Amino acid sequence: MAGMFIDVKVDAKIASDPEAAKKLVEVCPVSIFAQENGGGLRIVAENLDECVLCDLCIEAVAKGGVEVIRLYDR
Amino acid sequence: MRFYEHESKALFARQGLPLGKSGLARSGDEARRIAAEIGAPVVLKSQVLSGGRMKAGAVKFADTPDAAAKAFDAILPIVVNGQRAESVLVEEKSPIAQEYYVGVTWDGRRKRPVLIFSDMGGIDIEEVAEQHPDHVSKTHVSTLLPFTPRLAKEAVGATGVTGPELNRLTPIAAALVEVFLRYDLTLAEINPLARLDDGRFVVLDGHVDMEAEAREIHRKLLEEIGIRPEETRQARPPTDFEIRGAQVDAADHRGVAGNVVEFDGNLGLVIGAGGGSLTLFDAVRQQGGRPANYCEIGGNPSVQKACELTKLVLSKPGVEKIAVMMNVVSNTRVDIVARGVVKGCVESGRDPAETIAIFRIPGSWEDEGFKILKKYGVEYCDRSVSMYEAAGKAVAKLSAGGTT
Ligand code: SF4
Repeated sequence: MAGMFIDVKVDAKIASDPEAAKKLVEVCPVSIFAQENGGGLRIVAENLDECVLCDLCIEAVAKGGVEVIRLYDR
Repeated sequence: MRFYEHESKALFARQGLPLGKSGLARSGDEARRIAAEIGAPVVLKSQVLSGGRMKAGAVKFADTPDAAAKAFDAILPIVVNGQRAESVLVEEKSPIAQEYYVGVTWDGRRKRPVLIFSDMGGIDIEEVAEQHPDHVSKTHVSTLLPFTPRLAKEAVGATGVTGPELNRLTPIAAALVEVFLRYDLTLAEINPLARLDDGRFVVLDGHVDMEAEAREIHRKLLEEIGIRPEETRQARPPTDFEIRGAQVDAADHRGVAGNVVEFDGNLGLVIGAGGGSLTLFDAVRQQGGRPANYCEIGGNPSVQKACELTKLVLSKPGVEKIAVMMNVVSNTRVDIVARGVVKGCVESGRDPAETIAIFRIPGSWEDEGFKILKKYGVEYCDRSVSMYEAAGKAVAKLSAGGTT
């Protein structure tokens, strides 16, 4: 579920890769990503609106793997 | 942070200021014992943090120990400006020849402490300053250079005091400045300082406020005086609204959204921080508005924190609109606050465009913030609109609705 201002989309391949998931959890300063028991990725919906638009998640994985969407731009 | 009178006097005693014999009573029996030990007529004073004790009947005189016990029982239940005392100060009654005023406070305009002296004590110093300006002197004090007795002498002498009185008052004024500086006070006041029939000087009533941030530095002193860490020591107990404001701030470590103070107006304020909040609060009042609250946001609060503060302000009965205003921000992000307040309106079931009278937070990430506000139809402005003008816009919107 999207936030009120921000949505984050993760490519299915990245989301199911435990290494990529671990990286995303590490880099996000506002805990938008969580990892289920060392496995796949989960988006923490209640934190989405805290996104500080730092792009660290985008840089942490292969190009196009994560998209941060400003819903107010639409 | 305000001190009770007996605590203020304990601080004065450390600096050698002249005090009458006294003791703190928590029961009629204690009042009787203290009065007997003093062995002279006494005055009993309710220990509350607000003024108006005399008017409320919470100050009484007693000639005997039994009368002191009776006076204690009469004083203790009296509520003074909403405050009930837990103790009563029993103090030697002094034969007064003349009353003086000595105070040290912070002059925000000059950004340094100021020593205020008057040879007309016992009454409101502001009244004296207005009606008898030649009886009040103001001497600014350096926080870097030592305060010399010569400066204290000039301050006292400026009101026309001469001779032995001048010589005796000078060290008292100098000691009060020392108390103010040493203990990080925002106010140190003696009113009245009495000259007795025999020429001695005695502090009859005193009042001290310590900078809240200095509590930690002076923890040991506060412990010795008996002020517990959990005591807020505000002039009145916090309202439910203020308690909930403190909870909003405590629930999230990110940034500040607190120091909420309740007022009875209809314009909710989400303003920041420190000096900016004070300036904006004053601007709203100068523009004829009636603030519903004071608060301080800053230090880059999270969206959630700004949202919860907004919801709290909007939950106050009678609040029709809010004004979201800050000075120019650097570490606080405009877009994060914008998200928080818009979300707070929506979660309160209100239309942000109707509810936010004005959003004036210029600074870091303002373009991003303004995009959000535009999307939700909220009126916003940048730094080309002064804080005073922004306050005026908010007040005008309430007036247009016929409610200012
Ligand atoms: S842009 Fe930054 S804050 Fe937003 S999801 Fe990515 S890492 Fe987290």
